Amino acid sequence: MATYQDSRYNIALPSGAGGSLVHIKTIAASSDSTISFVDGTSDVVLDNTYRTYIFKFINIHAGSDDVLFSVGFRDGSTAYDATKTTTLFQTEHNESDSGTPVFTYATGDDLAQGTGFQVMTRNLGTGNDECASGELWLFNPSSTTYVKHFMFKSNINSNDDSSDASYGAGYCNVTAAIDAVQFKFNSGNIDAGTFKLYGIA
Amino acid sequence: MATYASIKYDMDLSSNATGTGAMTLLSTQTASSSSTISFTSGIDSTYKEYVFKFYDIHPATNDTELQVGFRDGSTAYDATKTTTYFNSLHYENDSATSLAYVAGHDQAQATGFLKIITTGLGNDNDQSCAGELILYDPSNTTFVKHFISRGTAAHQEDLTQDVFVAGYCNVTAAIDGVQFKMSSGDIDSGVIKLYGIS
Repeated sequence: MATYQDSRYNIALPSGAGGSLVHIKTIAASSDSTISFVDGTSDVVLDNTYRTYIFKFINIHAGSDDVLFSVGFRDGSTAYDATKTTTLFQTEHNESDSGTPVFTYATGDDLAQGTGFQVMTRNLGTGNDECASGELWLFNPSSTTYVKHFMFKSNINSNDDSSDASYGAGYCNVTAAIDAVQFKFNSGNIDAGTFKLYGIA
Repeated sequence: MATYASIKYDMDLSSNATGTGAMTLLSTQTASSSSTISFTSGIDSTYKEYVFKFYDIHPATNDTELQVGFRDGSTAYDATKTTTYFNSLHYENDSATSLAYVAGHDQAQATGFLKIITTGLGNDNDQSCAGELILYDPSNTTFVKHFISRGTAAHQEDLTQDVFVAGYCNVTAAIDGVQFKMSSGDIDSGVIKLYGIS
């Protein structure tokens, strides 16, 4: 016999209420050295439930001046040191319109089989209104056959008062599953900001 | 007395309810010889992220660009912006390709409308542009307001262009309205949708 419990969600939703983008977890930073999304912890899902995961980082404010926002992936141990090969290119345009805008491949901040964190921005400041926003897509992290692809984009109000955009992509060159993702600055804390994790059903 | 029609959606769905989504359609506007397309409501603190999607934007005038302006307190869409702009292109006849920063299309503390798709959209019957613009946390009154867009266009010189724009409204006032228009002439036709991401 069908019960209310069985049937209560079998209803037509109003226009706009449906969708394949499923919110999984929101974390607000407050003077945190790192922000981590760990599968199976604090309601975080980062496994074979979804083939695509999207991390959104909104208004990330640095605790220290002149720092780079970055990401690391966990592939079996407790460390966020999955081997990565990546590309990164960036733009920069000063508020004063001085000099030539930057449009460059960021050789120093890409990785070639590196285990360190991947840089996702240019240099942030700590001005009250300065911050970073953007998103990171991670594809099929639970695969144990293929490398794990990711791509990201971000924009910042930099420490030298410019609009800087970063566009990166790459893969974790491991066949182990990626079961956690961590964000941090290369120095100092994440003073404030919002991190959101979504799955695409 | 409340009717079923008025109360049927006023319920909490569990986290495992299928069909629920984090991307909510807020508004759809269809251009028809429109000088501007404006979104003047629904942009507030409800969502930390808003996404505009452009479909088949067809200009009335040849060799024009789709532009955006942001409203930050007054009735004008003149929020100060600093931005970057680069694009790739490829001619249909394979005669040339390019990947370049376009200095003439970026802004430095400017209040005018920002070109976000192409350097010369064509108005042939089959030419148009499409893409999306992400606006982060527009109601925030502490930080600048970041935005990132990407669009593709059928250029009036019969080439495809892939356009990347990013920047921020360098204001601490909330952004409560967004307007789109061509650099010259009307938006002959097209659809712009606004979504909130919860």
